[in-house]
Amino acid sequence: MVEPVLEITNLVKSFGALRATDGVTLDLRPGEIHALIGPNGAGKSTLIHQICGTVRQDSGTIHFAGQDIGSLGVAERAQRGLGRTFQVSSLAHEFSALRNVMLAVQARQGSSFRFFKPALLDRSLTDPAMAVLDRVGLAERARIPAYELSHGERRQLEIAIALALGSKAFLLDEPMAGMGPDGSKTLTGFLDRLRQEAPILLVEHDMDAVFALADRISVLVYGRIIATGGVEDIRRDPAVRSAYLGDHD
Amino acid sequence: MTFALALEQLLNGLQLGVMLFLMAAGLTLIFGVMGLINLAHGSLYMVGAFACATVAAWTGSFWLGLIASLACAAAAGAIVELLVIRRLYDRDHLDQVLATFALILIFSEGTRWMFGSFPLYLDIPPLLQGAVALPGGTQYPLYRLAIIAAGAVVAFALYLLISRTRLGIRIRAGESDREMIGALGVDIRTLYTVVFALGAALAGFAGAMVGALQSVQVGMGEPVLILAFVVIVIGGIGSIKGALLGALLVGVIDTMGRFLLPKVFVLFVPPSQAGMIGGALASMLIYIVMALILAVKPRGLFPPAHA
Amino acid sequence: MSRETVVNLILAVLLLAVPLLANAVGQPFYITLATRIAILALAATGLNLALGLGGLVSFGHAAFFGIGGYAAGILATHGFSGDPLIFGLSGTNLMPVIWLVAAVTAGLAGLAIGAISLRTSGVYFIMITLAFAQMVYYFAVSWPAYGGEDGLSILVRNQFPGVNSMRPLSFFLICYVVLLVSIGLFALIRASRFGSALQAARQNPVRVATVGIRPFRIRLTAFAISAMMTGLAGALFADLNRFVSPSMLSWHMSGELIVLIILGGTGRLFGPLAGAALYVIIEYALGGITERWQFFLGLILLGVVLFARGGLLGFVTGKARHG
Repeated sequence: MVEPVLEITNLVKSFGALRATDGVTLDLRPGEIHALIGPNGAGKSTLIHQICGTVRQDSGTIHFAGQDIGSLGVAERAQRGLGRTFQVSSLAHEFSALRNVMLAVQARQGSSFRFFKPALLDRSLTDPAMAVLDRVGLAERARIPAYELSHGERRQLEIAIALALGSKAFLLDEPMAGMGPDGSKTLTGFLDRLRQEAPILLVEHDMDAVFALADRISVLVYGRIIATGGVEDIRRDPAVRSAYLGDHD
Repeated sequence: MTFALALEQLLNGLQLGVMLFLMAAGLTLIFGVMGLINLAHGSLYMVGAFACATVAAWTGSFWLGLIASLACAAAAGAIVELLVIRRLYDRDHLDQVLATFALILIFSEGTRWMFGSFPLYLDIPPLLQGAVALPGGTQYPLYRLAIIAAGAVVAFALYLLISRTRLGIRIRAGESDREMIGALGVDIRTLYTVVFALGAALAGFAGAMVGALQSVQVGMGEPVLILAFVVIVIGGIGSIKGALLGALLVGVIDTMGRFLLPKVFVLFVPPSQAGMIGGALASMLIYIVMALILAVKPRGLFPPAHA
Repeated sequence: MSRETVVNLILAVLLLAVPLLANAVGQPFYITLATRIAILALAATGLNLALGLGGLVSFGHAAFFGIGGYAAGILATHGFSGDPLIFGLSGTNLMPVIWLVAAVTAGLAGLAIGAISLRTSGVYFIMITLAFAQMVYYFAVSWPAYGGEDGLSILVRNQFPGVNSMRPLSFFLICYVVLLVSIGLFALIRASRFGSALQAARQNPVRVATVGIRPFRIRLTAFAISAMMTGLAGALFADLNRFVSPSMLSWHMSGELIVLIILGGTGRLFGPLAGAALYVIIEYALGGITERWQFFLGLILLGVVLFARGGLLGFVTGKARHG
């Protein structure tokens, strides 16, 4: 069996009396899209936060690309190749789309302590950034400040940033949220190809997208994974139907 | 002899701490409830002192002056809140700093305009003149003891106000959730004005009390204000309990440092230098303590849970 | 050319033209006024790096301004008396050496203060920087070796090789060139990779961390550079007045530096210069009319904060904030 890229074992996190993450074990293998679904308040966000490093787990381990990253900070995890997008777009809003991506390119090059050369005239930053923007279909909007971009464009820009980082795994937090039907369809096609580049842990409410894309699905309810398996297994799983899918259909 | 001296200094430290608490309580309440940083809090302290000195000079009664200080500082606070401060609640901290810095200029120059540049003097009321014998044989001024007692009473009253009254419930609700308090049907604008005036009255009260120990002059509030900032940073911004503990800590450490450090350095260096080094170090001591506390707890000793 | 660039050029030319003119008609007072503007603009340009680009509202930059001033004063005093300073090193009256020492000392202080203050943010940061500046202030007041509360006089203005710095116009030109070089440096930093990371950390620190850059290091570096520039301005200020006192370290000074930036326009290249010019002119004009000019300054400032948020350059160029 192939070594997983991301491996979470027995993760626990409590806030006071509330166990937001209750012994979660989960892995992400090369080339796959692993969807994480669950009702609101199931603890998906808390889990994402722990994987990225914004929230520290009480116990359990997180291994990424063969290393224990459980005690590292956000920036250090990102440097090791963990690329994420946010549920609510999180961009440098005054910067153009291009400069947002350039920031990721310079971070990847590890060269933020250069003080005199104008970044926008630096081909080693602008060329890779434009290439990535082109891939996500934002090349024409490169000079537009992030705050003027449409909702869908911001989501694309977030993915562009994760791509520019050369991520070894993507953590996508509800990328479809707020996208129109056309946008969702385009994005679904894009993510389908993206898995070749690096595996994706996909948190998503849009079940059509999840069933269309996922190789495996894990269902999180009250901080526990109640089932993990292929799309058909999950569709048929009685526990999942009663806990989750039943509420929606 | 040394014990008596140390006890005297300890009491002085307590007295400073109690005054700092009166300032810090208002600052931390205003920040906790309205999210506002108010540099002009020291000006309200000054207003209280000037009101007390003026009214005491007219009427010959310190007590009427004290009432006037509360009334004037509260009124000045309410007016400033209505005219300026309420436009700043949803601004960033930079705007708040600047606007309240501007208020300091206006208050200071305005006061100089009205009262001139010479300091006013305020006498200790006859009832509280005289001294009390301390164990060890020294005499300690009754007035300073009265300040400590008054501070303790105010701290207790504040505790009752916040934990037991309707106003207190609203203040606590406002601290944890501004939206909710609006939904509860509380007139939030009035609440804010009341809280601001309350903080102002506490500052004015402190100014009046200290005014009888020092001279009453323009700019008297500023050193106290900065110490009060240190207090609430140490205590955790927004926490009344933190303000109380921080104030006593700062008051006692500052006073004892000035008293003890020169004596400590005498053991190592010649006396002339010991005074210099000890004195310089003592003046920096509370800031060093603040830095140490922040190195361990960046949000102070009692950080508010919601922030 | 954008409207802001035109306004910037006009400002730069005006600041040069007024002292030249004043010199020609024999009015040295106006040269001193312009020198004051240039030095305050330099100090505020330093602060603008931290505050405008990095969003770090430092209410303690007077510490760096004063440290620069004292570095100049102490070196000059020892240079004059011939007493060795420390480690057998002597003082000096050479401006370039003094500037270097002032900038490095202020930068080191910036590193130390920043390392603690930058662990916090928001209102904590404001109060902690204020408190540390106050600590330096009280140290200067209570340390008698260099004048304590009374301050320290520089008997003869320090020398710049090949220039007669005693002439008001020559000293102005020195300050003017230092200011322009520093503004140029600010522009370079703003456009650089470091500047990108710094500005992004102001707009969205989470985003910066998520691409793998630690905002703390970026901010600390910016804070130290900012302190160096303000420290350099302090050294020049000491030479302008030939006097250093704890008032350079006072919290009013910190407040004034912020005021200069806001009056001019936050984060703008020439904002500090516009603000310093406006401030000194208001001070001079109002001061001529009334002794209570600070009262009116307060009212003007309040008006700017409440109603004209882009400052002077925002007003002139019609944009609220620099994008």
